[in-house]
Amino acid sequence: MKIAFPVDTRSAGACIYKSFGRAPAFLVYDTQTQKSLFVDNSAASSQGGAGIKAAQLVLDQQTDAVIAPQCGQNAADVLLAAGVRIYLSEGCSVGDNIKAHTEGLLKELSDIHAGYHGHGVK
Amino acid sequence: MKIAVLSGKGGTGKTLVSVNLAAAAGKAVYTDCDVEEPNGHLFFKPAITGEKEINVAVPRVDKDLCNGCRKCVDFCNFNALAYIKDGLLIFDDICHSCGGCVSICPEKALHEEYRNIGVIKIGTSGKTIIATGIMNTGESSGIPIIKGLLSLDHPKDFIEFIDCPPGSSCAVMESIRDADYCLMVVEPTLFGTHNFRMVHELAALFKKPHSVIMNKCSVHYMPVEEYCKENNIPVLVRIPYDPLLGSLNSDGLIAARENAAYRDFFTDLLEKVLKEVLHEAAPHS
Repeated sequence: MKIAFPVDTRSAGACIYKSFGRAPAFLVYDTQTQKSLFVDNSAASSQGGAGIKAAQLVLDQQTDAVIAPQCGQNAADVLLAAGVRIYLSEGCSVGDNIKAHTEGLLKELSDIHAGYHGHGVK
Repeated sequence: MKIAVLSGKGGTGKTLVSVNLAAAAGKAVYTDCDVEEPNGHLFFKPAITGEKEINVAVPRVDKDLCNGCRKCVDFCNFNALAYIKDGLLIFDDICHSCGGCVSICPEKALHEEYRNIGVIKIGTSGKTIIATGIMNTGESSGIPIIKGLLSLDHPKDFIEFIDCPPGSSCAVMESIRDADYCLMVVEPTLFGTHNFRMVHELAALFKKPHSVIMNKCSVHYMPVEEYCKENNIPVLVRIPYDPLLGSLNSDGLIAARENAAYRDFFTDLLEKVLKEVLHEAAPHS
């Protein structure tokens, strides 16, 4: 399976980023090949709807799960409709979170926030 | 003639000023563009003569025709569309009703439907025409309602006072776009000064002639006075911090109609405003 993380930079020491839609990049980890790749988040600079576009980018990587500290309503709508599961990250290390996920220790993210910038509030 | 009344923050007295100026003018239009929380009608209590529903277009997809090419998703600058395994997801709140996705779709799988976001109510109070925009709770943009309000036809000899939303965002820009003049109501506090500077920059950016009305004045508040002086902004009046005015206002009464002294005060202010507007308009006419 493939797991996507919002990350602050495209490098080995990348940290999990606090925002999903506005993250500078995504790290996509393939549990079968145990390889990871970086995808630029072209949604980060969007005026609005960043969460929707970022979720689309992540889906286009055939992602099965997202691990993030939080997720906005619109992004979650897209991800969940596509059957992607969203897990709550613990700490900033991608490696630690992959390990925790493999061991089944991560909780599903249930607290979806309403989004920022006046959009996404229902 | 359209005069926009604006301020950087809420609670400075935009409605007080625009309601009382319109009441003092009599043959005037009071247009409430603060569509998230319109309150001018609470003072005028107008007899409603007409209503206009405001609807906006949103795309809808015919699943049988959509082949998942995603041209619409890529086209939408607002990111209102996403394509997932089951088909197209449409976010109505994010959509700006530009119609681009519908016209770009090669399969003609998209069409527009209309959804209601609010209403405009038109009424009269004495000789004054009252136009109020009311946005439905939960909507994120009142711009289409403001556009509707400012495209209403009114008698040519009526002065229109536009009660703007607070702040300096898109909704304020839309409200002042066609205005001939901007009246900026300033509250003499540090917060008021900061936000006043933001609307002043906006009025200057739009190249609108403008002046200042200070409200709730007990002393000359130097940060505002100095800013106006440095930027050559005329201060038309300093409305006193008067318990009588406050209590008339909180009872939903129009001071210019209820109280002789305030009738004179706002009639004088109206004359000053009109003199400024005509003076500013003269070089261009």
